[in-house]
This record gives sequence, structure tokens and C-alpha cells, in this order.
Amino acid sequence: MTPTSQIQIAGSAAPHDAPRTPTQIPHRGGTPNPSAEALRARFGDAVSRVDVVWGETTVVVDAARVRDMVAWLHDDAGERYDYLVDVTAVEFRDLEQPLEVVWHLRSLPYRRFLRLKALLPKGAPLEVPSVWPVHKGADWMERECFDMFGVRFEGHPDLRRILMWEQYKEGFPLRKDFPLRGRFSRAEQLRQALAANPEARYSMEEISVVEAFSDLPDEMRQRLASGERTGE
Amino acid sequence: MPTTTRTVEVALSTSGIGPDGRPQRTPLVVDDRGHAVPLEAPPSVEPDMGGEHMLINIGPQHPATHGVLRLVLELDGETVVRCIPHVGYLHCGFEKIGEYRQYNQIIPWTDREDYLNSPGNNVAFALGAERLFGIEITPRCTVLRVIAMELSRIMSHLVWMGTTAVDMGAFTPFLWTFQERENVYNLLEGWCGARLTTSLTRVGGMVADVPDGWVDGLRKFIKGFPITLAEADKMLTRNAIWVGRTVGLGVMTSDEAINYGLSGPMLRASGVAYDVRKDFPYLDYETYDWDVAVGTHGDVYDRYLVRMEEMLQSIRILQQAVDRLPDGPVNVQDPRIILPPKSKATSEMESMIHHFKLVMEGPRPPVGECYVAVESPKGEKGYYMVSDGTSKPVRWRIRPPAFINLSAIPKMVEGHLLSDVIAINASIDIVMGEVDR
Repeated sequence: MTPTSQIQIAGSAAPHDAPRTPTQIPHRGGTPNPSAEALRARFGDAVSRVDVVWGETTVVVDAARVRDMVAWLHDDAGERYDYLVDVTAVEFRDLEQPLEVVWHLRSLPYRRFLRLKALLPKGAPLEVPSVWPVHKGADWMERECFDMFGVRFEGHPDLRRILMWEQYKEGFPLRKDFPLRGRFSRAEQLRQALAANPEARYSMEEISVVEAFSDLPDEMRQRLASGERTGE
Repeated sequence: MPTTTRTVEVALSTSGIGPDGRPQRTPLVVDDRGHAVPLEAPPSVEPDMGGEHMLINIGPQHPATHGVLRLVLELDGETVVRCIPHVGYLHCGFEKIGEYRQYNQIIPWTDREDYLNSPGNNVAFALGAERLFGIEITPRCTVLRVIAMELSRIMSHLVWMGTTAVDMGAFTPFLWTFQERENVYNLLEGWCGARLTTSLTRVGGMVADVPDGWVDGLRKFIKGFPITLAEADKMLTRNAIWVGRTVGLGVMTSDEAINYGLSGPMLRASGVAYDVRKDFPYLDYETYDWDVAVGTHGDVYDRYLVRMEEMLQSIRILQQAVDRLPDGPVNVQDPRIILPPKSKATSEMESMIHHFKLVMEGPRPPVGECYVAVESPKGEKGYYMVSDGTSKPVRWRIRPPAFINLSAIPKMVEGHLLSDVIAINASIDIVMGEVDR
């Protein structure tokens, strides 16, 4: 609870001329972010490609090594990517193309921006390591990505739906095979909404908060877990 | 047996009104001889509640949650032990809908996510789309967009200040801030015809140039606004109640704030001088003379101070933007991007073809992707767009600052009192339209 008195100034680790609004950015090519080469030197084969598109460096990496890379980028004195901007995923209209999980990282001290990308081929389970142990801010971003795309983040402390409700059964809304109006008919959606049990929006974790759940008889616990109304 | 003297119980023990209209004082409980039986006093020993935790639910319809946010709190007495937020009540699938819309058709959707900052969202989206198209906008458009962004920052901070003051029991600043906000809305109405959902930009330009005399109205606002702000400042900044209810609440150290991904005034109040306008500038922000407001303690009070100062800095930027506003075209001169004027579309063959192609197919960016961030009033707002060469994006991702700032609320309210949860929640400045999208 002790407030820090020292003011952190972005860009202070690499003092140079004040940054300027970029103009005339080439579509492809340009100077890549030096951190891309550093990553390749450190992790070798785990870095499969470095692209520069519209002035932003994208490093395509091995999904299994992402957490190590993010942790190294976070801790290394020459990189210091301390700010996780975003975690999201991209699925292309060509369903053969692999699904991409994207991490946007910023180094506040060096004023750098880096995009890490992992390609998850179709047919295999969609799993990547969670970067939550490094960046606490990844919590809700990863939950949203799981909610919308079904990508599982290994090591996330509480991976459950966040924007959709927990009993949502139609799948993952931002996947390309998910129709814009939803999978179920309007009648079915309405029926489910009317039959929904609002109390079931308490997750099992919350019910356990009062430590009542574990004390209940087995049979009642099963009924509650399946979302049955308790009836006051 | 002690006889009770509690008024409530005496009143309850009478049977009601007599035939003469006077209250009857006949006791309900009488013995054989018609005498009142004294009521039993409740045992004076309070039950031992130690160790019992209580679950309390705030929202989603509670006005102090600033939208449809639901917080489940575990309380030990009045102290928050744990907070579990629930979001998603306003989820409308903006990102999914965006995949079925042309780039210009998405701009009205950006109005509706952070609806207190519509012009800022419009500008942010247009900047992102222009990066994806490889367009350089005109100098006049650049300055007009700066004006739009700073006006919307003032607008959003005013709503924040007014509603937060109401949360803490101060009603007067609310009226002042909403009066000033009305002036900004009048300006926007004069510019584009809409007040809340402005849809101010198009890819490659603006929906319209500012009308004649508009700049004079803006100058008047720039002159008058600091006076109102000074009034509110006098009312709140040294107010004992305000200070007492905000100081030391929801403290985030600078390292925590960075690690939790906070941005905007939330991050700067914790002593991190990170502002997208300074560190990753856009719209030539580096050519304006202004300062980044930074707090030191990272509590609710510092967030308030940072936002107050940001409004004054916005006025500084606005003044410079008005002074330098160049003449010239607003839109880029590219018929593949910008619609021709209606008179030309109905009289010239070539313009009609361009009009038809733009409306029916929409402009097509090359294959690529970009992430463009701006400093919105809530924090770093980014649009990540992926194009596969068609006229609709493959992916349109909103990086919602309010969503990520809100994700730190369990950390911030832990150990504070229940009434402080309201203050801390207000200090995050959430707009549920943006949190849930």
C-alpha cells in the first residue's frame, strides 16, 4: 500500500529525440523492431518469421514458447516490454488457414511496440500458454479470447466465459463458422432466455465463497451444479 | 422480567383505531383480568457474527455502478474481502458485426461503444483504417480531428466528474459540468448535426467541414470553460468531504498499474508518465505545446486531479489548434476513397461510376494488418484491424481501455469499506458500452 514517489517516464531508458507522428509508412518492409532479432538470437527455432507490415513488426513464434518469450521480454534489461496491450485472436475467412493468437506488447521505457503471433492449425486443440503469470492484465483479455474464440489459455487461474453467460451453449461467437445471428433460432434463443436461471450465474467459485456448497448433501450439489432452480 | 418501554412495540401491541377515530390503546396481550401482559424484551446479548462472511450483490441495475456492472462482494463486517465483477450485460457483438460491414459502415458502431467519447472513437477508427489503406490525410483534416478528440475528452471528463461527485453526495458540480457539456454538444451539433452519436469521420476525411462561424463558437467555449472548471475546482479540490472520501482509496503503485495494463488517467495517477499522444504520437500531437498530468499516490483523489488537469491541457491544445487551423480541403482527393459530391454524381459519368463502386463495393485496402492506438479519455484505445484484401475487415478488434482498467477492480477494492467500493468504481471511469461492446 505504499505509494511510489518516483515518477516513471516512458521512453526514459532510451533518451532520444521526441517521437514524431509517422508518415509515409510503407505497406511492407522497413526497419524491423530490434527486439525481433534479439528474440531470434535468444530463442532460435521458436521464431519462425519476422514481418514488417505498415511499420509494425510481427514475430511469428512457436505457441508453446510464448510465455517464456513474454517473460524474457518483460525481464531483460535491454527489452523491458512491461506493458501488455492486448491479447486477441484472428480467424480468417479461408477456414483452412490457421487461427492466429496475437499478443501486442509495449516497452514503455524504450517506446517500442511488438506483435507476437502464434499460429494454431485447424483440427488440433486450440491451446496456448497463458501470460497471466507475467502480466496480471492478461486476465480478462484471455478470458475474452476464450469466450469469443474458444482458445484455451493453459495456466490461467480462472478461465471461464466473461461477456457471454456461463450456460451459453451456442459456441464461440467470433469464429467464422458462427453465423451472425447465432446458431439457434430466435424461438430457441427466447425459450432458453426465459428458462435461464439467473442464480446460476453465480459460478461454482462464488458459491464456495460462503463455504456452504461443500457442506450440502451430494445429491443437492449435483442438482445445483447442473443449474437447477433451488426454489426459495 | 423487565417491562419494555420501546415505542415501536407499544404501538404494535395496540389493535388500531377505535370507533371514535382515536387510536385504541388496548393491549393485544391481556391476562385473565384484562391487564396488559408486559412484553418480553429481546435478549440483550448480540449474536456472535465473528468469522461469518457475507455475500453482497451490487448491480447490475444499481445507479452507482455507472451502467450494467455487477459486483459480487464478500464482506467481513463492512470490509471487502473479495470482489468478483461480472460484465457482459451490454454485449452486442460489435466486433462480429464489423466483420460484415464496410469500413465506412463501421464508423457508426464506434459511436456506440464508448458513447461519451464518440468523436474520439470516430477519429481513432478512421486513423486505423487510413493506416490500413495507406492514406495520408490533409492538414486541415488533421487539425479538425485534434479539435474533435480534445472536445470529446473534455466532454467525457465532465461526465465523469459530475457523476462521481453525485456518487459522493455532491450535487452542484454535476449541474455545472452538465451545463458545460451541453455547450460541447451544441458545438458538435453545429458541426455534424448529431449530439451523441456523431459519426464525425470518414475514411480519408471528415463527414463535413466545420460551418461558418463555428470556430468563433469554439473560441467562446475555450474562454468560458476554464471559469466553470475553476468553480468546480473550488467546490471539490479542498472540500473536506471530497478529500476524506477519496484520499488513500484504491491505491495502485506504478509497477502494479503497468502490470495490470491500466492506461489513461488511471495509469498516470499512479505516477507513470505514459500518454499515447506523447509516446506514440498521431495527428501531429508532438507539435502542440502541452504537458502530461501525472499523479504520485495512485489513489482516487489523484485520479480526480489528473482528470482536472487534463481538461485544462485539452483547452491549451484546443487554443493552439484553433489558432493554426489551415485552410484547404478536408477530404483526400482520391475518388476511390471519398464519395464525389452528389451534384457531380448525378451529372458526370465518371463520378457516377465512382459513387456506385464506393457505395456498392466499398473501398478495398491491401492485405495487411495494423494496430492504431489513441489516447481516449479512458486510456489507450486501440483498433487492431486485419484485412484480407476485401472491402470488409477480417477482424476488427477494439482494445477497450475501460474493460482492462475495470479488470483491476478486485485488486483495488480489497480491504476497503463497502462505501469506498462506490468511490473506487467511479474513479475507473467505466462506460459499459465499451466494456461489453
